[in-house]
Amino acid sequence: MSNIAGSKSSLQWVVHISVALLVMLWLFPTLGLFVSSFRTADQISTGGWWTSLFPAEQNLTLRSTDPDDAGAQTLIDGVYVVEGNLFKAGVDATISVWGTSSRAIDTYVPGDTAELKDGETITVQVNGDYVWTGTTEMTGRGQRVFATSTTPPEFTFKNYKTVLFGGDSTDGMTKAFFNTLTVTIPATIIPIVIAAFAAYALAWMDFPGRALLVAFVVALLVVPLQLALIPLLRLHLGIGIGKGYLGVWLAHTGFGMPLAIYLLRNYMVGLPRDIIENAKVDGATDFQIFTKIILPLSFPALASFAIFQFLWTWNDLLVAKVFLIDATGQTTVMTNQIVELLGTRGGNWEILSTAAFVSISVPLVVFFSMQKYLVRGLLAGSVK
Amino acid sequence: MHPALQGIVTIFLGVGGCLAYFYFSNQFIDKVLFPSKGVNAGRNINRANIVRPWLFLAPALFALSLYLAYPVFATLWYSLTDRDKGNAFVGLANYYQMMDDPKFWEALKNNMLWLIIVPAASTAFGLLAAQLTDRIGWGSIAKSMIFMPMAISFVGAAVIFKLIYDTRPADTNQIGALNAVWMQFNGGVGSFILLRALPAAFLAFLTVGSLWLATIMIKGFSSFTTILRSLFGIVLIGVAVSSIASIYGLFTATLPYGEPQTWLTMPFWNSILLMIVLIWIQTGFAMVILSAALRGIPEETVEAAIVDGANPFQVFFKIKMPQIAGTIVVVWTTITLTVLKVFDIVFAMTNGQWETQVLANYMFDKLFRGNDWGVGSAAAIVIMLLVTPILVWNVYNVRKEMRS
Repeated sequence: MSNIAGSKSSLQWVVHISVALLVMLWLFPTLGLFVSSFRTADQISTGGWWTSLFPAEQNLTLRSTDPDDAGAQTLIDGVYVVEGNLFKAGVDATISVWGTSSRAIDTYVPGDTAELKDGETITVQVNGDYVWTGTTEMTGRGQRVFATSTTPPEFTFKNYKTVLFGGDSTDGMTKAFFNTLTVTIPATIIPIVIAAFAAYALAWMDFPGRALLVAFVVALLVVPLQLALIPLLRLHLGIGIGKGYLGVWLAHTGFGMPLAIYLLRNYMVGLPRDIIENAKVDGATDFQIFTKIILPLSFPALASFAIFQFLWTWNDLLVAKVFLIDATGQTTVMTNQIVELLGTRGGNWEILSTAAFVSISVPLVVFFSMQKYLVRGLLAGSVK
Repeated sequence: MHPALQGIVTIFLGVGGCLAYFYFSNQFIDKVLFPSKGVNAGRNINRANIVRPWLFLAPALFALSLYLAYPVFATLWYSLTDRDKGNAFVGLANYYQMMDDPKFWEALKNNMLWLIIVPAASTAFGLLAAQLTDRIGWGSIAKSMIFMPMAISFVGAAVIFKLIYDTRPADTNQIGALNAVWMQFNGGVGSFILLRALPAAFLAFLTVGSLWLATIMIKGFSSFTTILRSLFGIVLIGVAVSSIASIYGLFTATLPYGEPQTWLTMPFWNSILLMIVLIWIQTGFAMVILSAALRGIPEETVEAAIVDGANPFQVFFKIKMPQIAGTIVVVWTTITLTVLKVFDIVFAMTNGQWETQVLANYMFDKLFRGNDWGVGSAAAIVIMLLVTPILVWNVYNVRKEMRS
């Protein structure tokens, strides 16, 4: 806009940097959870997740093999030699400086040979390989080496194994995952069917009281579902549905209905009048018009609502807590499982972050693959 | 039966049942009840067309009435009765009991804070993000990154932010980002600028801004909106006064440098930290809607302003803002509705402890932990009352739109 006036402004850089900062600020929290879910409990408690992304430089106290161990010491040309690697097997670290005294930990660089007491020497390489020699037989514990080393970032899938395949009922998310799926899919599909017919009637059929009904739907759009909890729980208990899947499906269907009708009606009203009138002239019934013309044309709106309802039912905690989860806890959903983990495992971030990431991964996939429909639905759904 | 199987059966029964209902009920009125043949063909067709809309509407109306309309009245009734006395009518006793509960006032006060801060901050950030991302090539990627938290559940967000607010003992590395940042401050010049001078500057800006808006609000006189505007003006003056008080507080407070803080147990600040979670989620929503509105502004108005020598800030505040004012109101009210129902965040992060209670969680607490249905219903009615102005406003607008 500002370049219309001929000033391809220096402000442009400020804009780029501000947006980058804003995006980083918004991504940082989620990224933290994501990275933490790939770290072990020890790693999480030793430092912030942001440090794990870079090679970590740390001062280590390492020790060579004890010379008393069987086979550790060999006699080569009259010199006693202990060879090995200072790091445990599988550790991939590089030493930058090292020393043999805690007061001078940076005396030598890798490849140097240090003189020890009694004519012993030790040579340490970059990767931790050492050669420790002595003119007499060496006894006691292994030689201590103080090294400053850089360890590359290290991540593990262990947490996901525990959470998904561990089979533990408190940490495991498998059951909760499938329960959530069981709640979500019928609760997404059924309202669409019911609402689509009603939306068609409100958009294209003429009858007295239509405007009043639209107003009724808009009014119900904002009714907090907090009000529905007690009366409906009583109703469900009263008519024998009790707490369970049927109850939660019905509740989600009812609570999603106003938005579904509102979204679909707004979309259907905008469809070209000619098509519908031509079909009527050709003798199509309302039912045929609806199923053959309106439904296929309304696909974008149906998709928008489906995404909304899916995200809302997947992420819901309140409705599940009230209408689904009974004392046995067999029907727990992921959100509830996570809240319980927060209580029992408040400090175990490796389990918590993994469980949370499992639960948000599905909505994130849906979000990124169907963002177009979500945006369209938002634009149509906010009451103007 | 296995729940998954039950789910599949339900889908088939639900969807199939609905379709069968619609199909056969249409067949029924066309073929049996009002056949379009014979002597009364014309009259029957008309009658069928009168009945048909209600066939289409019946299941939806049933669901709406039973699951949303009926509960409003039922809850109102429960709030006036006592379950322990056999559901006897007790008048306003539940409300009096609720008003004697300090937790209720705490929840109401916090809700008011949420209602001011969250919609304002989300809309402001959303507007900023929308305006900035519209001007650059990779704007759509940036947008979807800022929009992403919309897909994350409140519970998931609570875990994400609990990690940020985490506290470890002073002599160990902090794993929570907030404490890690806090430990960098040592009371030197940098700390003074970042923790006192900059916030004070922001608050001063807020004071001037809200006083300026307040004068506009109170100065303008139009028939219907006068009360609303002066109400808004009073709120703005309140914001200004508390900002000035906070500036004074900023410079007199002694800050505990070098000690990791347990953020979620600090009254007032912990509420703000919980609000940040919701702001983080809702900003994307505001951005998407406002970005569409900004793109809908006719180019000519902007071009004309630039030709007349307006600078970018003038273009934004004097040309663009007035044209998207309606959308800003929509965004604001939508976020307000979300705020009024906020439950999961508080429930998962503090459960209303340390003075973070809000109405929705207070109500849940009364209902399912205190088992006090009367007071719980009364709290629900308070939430409903807070929503009612928006309800009336929306209905008024839709009716106006439908008439035109």
